[in-house]
Amino acid sequence: MKKVLRANLEGYLFIMPWLIGLVCLTIGPMLLSLYMSLTEWDLFSPPRFVGLGNYQKLIFGDPLFWKSLGNTVYYVGGRVPVVIILALVVAVLLNQRIPLRNFLRTAYYLPTVTPEVAMFVLWVWMFDPGNGIINDLLALVGIKPGPEWLGSSDWAMPALIIVATWSIGSVMVIFLAGLQGVPQHLYEAAELDGAGAWHKVRHVTLPLITPVIFFNLIMGIIGAFQMFTKAFVMTNGGPANATLMYVLYLYDQAFLWFRMGYGSALAWILFAILFILTFIMFRRSQWVYYEGRGR
Amino acid sequence: MERGTEIRASTVQALPFWKRKTFQTYLGQTLVFLIAFLGGIAFFVPFFWAVSSSVKLDSQLFVDPPIWIPNTIQLQNYPEALSAIPFARYYLNTAIITGTSMIGDVVVSTLVAYGFARMRFVGRDTLFMVLLATMMLPMQVTMIPQFIIYRSLGWINTFLPLIVPSFFGSAFYIFLLRQFFLGIPLDLEDAARIDGASSLHVLWYVFVPLSLTAMATVAIFSFMQHWQDFFLPLIYLNSNDMKTVSLGLQMFRSDFSTDWNHMMAASVMATIPPLLLFFFAQRFFISGIVMTGLKE
Repeated sequence: MKKVLRANLEGYLFIMPWLIGLVCLTIGPMLLSLYMSLTEWDLFSPPRFVGLGNYQKLIFGDPLFWKSLGNTVYYVGGRVPVVIILALVVAVLLNQRIPLRNFLRTAYYLPTVTPEVAMFVLWVWMFDPGNGIINDLLALVGIKPGPEWLGSSDWAMPALIIVATWSIGSVMVIFLAGLQGVPQHLYEAAELDGAGAWHKVRHVTLPLITPVIFFNLIMGIIGAFQMFTKAFVMTNGGPANATLMYVLYLYDQAFLWFRMGYGSALAWILFAILFILTFIMFRRSQWVYYEGRGR
Repeated sequence: MERGTEIRASTVQALPFWKRKTFQTYLGQTLVFLIAFLGGIAFFVPFFWAVSSSVKLDSQLFVDPPIWIPNTIQLQNYPEALSAIPFARYYLNTAIITGTSMIGDVVVSTLVAYGFARMRFVGRDTLFMVLLATMMLPMQVTMIPQFIIYRSLGWINTFLPLIVPSFFGSAFYIFLLRQFFLGIPLDLEDAARIDGASSLHVLWYVFVPLSLTAMATVAIFSFMQHWQDFFLPLIYLNSNDMKTVSLGLQMFRSDFSTDWNHMMAASVMATIPPLLLFFFAQRFFISGIVMTGLKE
């Protein structure tokens, strides 16, 4: 009995820092933010309780809320599949024994370690219709004149998605780690059955790393919904709000105009959307194969 | 037996060279290398452009056709960038924040992960589910109240809001380390326990030496996260001498123009530490992430 008590005490001692953080930095602030979302508060005068007023105003009387939500869904829909597929392909290629492997891995990781701000400003320059190298390159293959990119409300969002394609580094690393967990003997067995390279990827690698794909998919969607820096640095939401992202709008409301209550309501709607999305994805995750537990 | 090999050898000989297995493997490898290499170049171009611009004269920046390798190398752009904006100061600030947070992330996440991986206590599995759920919580939900709490503590314009949270452990790092710890055989721990070792002893003498790759992975992820961070410094640091590299880079831009070559020089300098770290540590980095048994 004493031993059990001791074990419990010890266990809680080890996780204590996280538990304190959970209460003080997560659950406490969450409750506070839920309450704040029911108030009007500019930090300088005391908060005024308005009930569901903020939510009502957001949903029925704020076109920018819908605009930013639509933009964000567009971005997530473009970015997530591109990044996951590309990162997976690159990881499979860089998992082979090829020359210069360490250099190539570093090259693909390079845009991830370059300071984001510098990278994004550099892209602004490269996308410049007059001075940028992207339209120079397009002109070489006969596309002249190239799009206005960040100056055009049709092309600004595709430009941001293209930029996102260059930051596959972390997703690639997690895929590479997952690929190392695929037992070598399965490849050997497949080879004995006469499987070629494509078959090995399709019938051995892919099924076994579905949990990693699922992990990257969920984290990718959650991350992409929170995109901020890219839009803040590259377009600041323009032109004509074409790249006004959800979190950028939230930042403006809370930290530019000090509407803490309205900002909190925006945060809770985002949370609700992500919660429902994640829930649906978990319910529909029969395609994910977990080794050692059958299907 | 001998005859068999002979026959096989002769059939191989009979095949034309493009149908032979060795040739096909070779072809496949070359193809894989070529695709990976071309893609690698595409990923390298922005950085190359940054390096090349960082050593250009102002007059070489916007010419048509673009200059990829300038004929004169303006290395003085580098010291100029360091003094133009108090950039040396920003490096120091960023290094302090990154270094301290990294220590917090590694030490505290290791302790908590060990608790979740090897201790038996009531509610452990439920609490671990809660931990996983917090990974999916968008930071915006807690960000505004956290700002208000830090503000009432007088922490605005100090490094504390950027550092202190790391000392309460980070969900993703705890998750990575726990996955790794689960793979360490129980026998090793039992042997130490029989000799009367305490849990902290077991952690320090058994788990830590075996988990250096996973801990290095957490250290690298943590380094990248804090070195790169833009959002939290933007919210919390607003006086000029407290800024970080990410914020400082923005100062090379005004509404009307950008001081390109100096900005790129500063960016290249900011890229070098994480770049070297990744290049030399990638072996540990990748083997330190255990993604098998995600559902355990």
